[in-house]
Amino acid sequence: MDIGKILLDLWNDSGFAALFVGFGWQNAVMLAISCVLLYLAIVKKFEPLLLCGIAFGCLLTNLPGAGLYHQDLWDNFMNADHADYHSYGTVLSNGGLLDFFYIGVKTSIYPCLIFMGVGAMTDFGPMLSRPKSLLLGAAAQLGVFAAFVGALLLKFTPEEAASIGIIGGADGPTAIFLTSKLAPHLLGAIAVAAYSYMALIPLIQPPFMKLLTTEEQRGIKMEQARSVSKTEKIVFPIVVTLFVALLLPDTAPLIGCLMLGNLLKETGVTDRLSDTVQNALMNIVTILLSTSVGATMVGSNFLTVQTLSIVVLGVVAFVLSTCGGLIGGVIMCKLTKGKVNPLIGSAGVSAVPMAARVANKEGQKANPSNFLLMHAMGPNVAGVIGSAIAAGFLLSVFG
Amino acid sequence: MPVLTAASSFAELSLTALLGYGVVFLGLILLMIVVTIVGKIFTAGEKKTAPAAKAQEAPAPAPEAPAAPGTAGQLKLHNVEPKTAAMLMAIVANKLGKPLNELRFISIKEVE
Repeated sequence: MDIGKILLDLWNDSGFAALFVGFGWQNAVMLAISCVLLYLAIVKKFEPLLLCGIAFGCLLTNLPGAGLYHQDLWDNFMNADHADYHSYGTVLSNGGLLDFFYIGVKTSIYPCLIFMGVGAMTDFGPMLSRPKSLLLGAAAQLGVFAAFVGALLLKFTPEEAASIGIIGGADGPTAIFLTSKLAPHLLGAIAVAAYSYMALIPLIQPPFMKLLTTEEQRGIKMEQARSVSKTEKIVFPIVVTLFVALLLPDTAPLIGCLMLGNLLKETGVTDRLSDTVQNALMNIVTILLSTSVGATMVGSNFLTVQTLSIVVLGVVAFVLSTCGGLIGGVIMCKLTKGKVNPLIGSAGVSAVPMAARVANKEGQKANPSNFLLMHAMGPNVAGVIGSAIAAGFLLSVFG
Repeated sequence: MPVLTAASSFAELSLTALLGYGVVFLGLILLMIVVTIVGKIFTAGEKKTAPAAKAQEAPAPAPEAPAAPGTAGQLKLHNVEPKTAAMLMAIVANKLGKPLNELRFISIKEVE
């Protein structure tokens, strides 16, 4: 018995050895990146519920020899000239655990279920009491289309540019939904950029709030809007689904699930379902979604100049969306002769409820007795619908 | 089939971006109109039923709001669900940093 040979074979079969062969260094770098992301999630609390799973998915997928995720399977899956084009059978026969998880992203099941949970946790009352806030939700999609043009200038394909632009919608599920359809190879970078910037909203937005509004405008106290009846809240999700899905059928999966979740919350007769969607289902899907998105962060895809460009374009998209919302807010402030605080416009960048909280905080800095939170929730939830419409438009044009 | 491809010119794609921003505005403006109309219908319906309800209730003295279940008979809830009231009281106690049993709530009323 050659003990030396056995030990050598064991070493050669191990993942440690693979780290030093060929492109193994990419795995080593990605493992280090996953540890940084875990640090940001756990210590710095950057969207920990999602970033923790994304980081761990990244760690698992970059373990050499573990075979949990196979990028080549998905490349073939997307290649129209390959025999395995759109063949889930091949994935199920040859895939690893994370490949199976990823099917939920590929089929858009996870983003839609997350949207259902978001709908069940969202109160559209503030928006219904002040329908004009929908305009601010639209204005705050500026970054989506501006970053799209910016990405084109950096030689991204239109499909990739559309996926990068949607980061400006500040809506994780929408970004994942669109990217998995148009540019799945960028999914990891886009998801990490989107969720990281959402966590950084309290740092990104305030300087631009101060730049685009005056102290006097930020101190404006808004009047209490009318109360919204229960029936109105029940009718709303049905009307929105019919209206938006008929206008842009590509938005139907996202808007449909968002509104179904909201209907379950508002009916008052489906409390058990609403509770499940808000808690158990949302948590389960969050785990599956985050780990499978993290799994797409393989070194060959992630360690590119493109990733750096996405990181830069992502922050540009966020900033421009914030500015779009603020400019909309300033215009609305002028038109209403100072009845609308322009800060609520910045909340139009989805990121519920973080963006609304930031608007409230900045409003209180200018006027300590100012409570903008409920007023900012209107544009905030309008931004969710706005980003879904933007995604639907991009999907219908480039999908 | 995609409407635009990688072969489309930069000008065409930029115009598409502008169009997309316009479509988002259009969609949300139309939704705003629909929401406003629905809101007006419901508000009008409430206004119609409110005077009739008030007229019926007028002769009777205004009933005192019922005591919240589980209290010592002091807390009055005006158009507020017990669950919401409990949440509000917990928030106030948390903000004040005092145990709930050391605070006295007299009434909770929804401001419209």
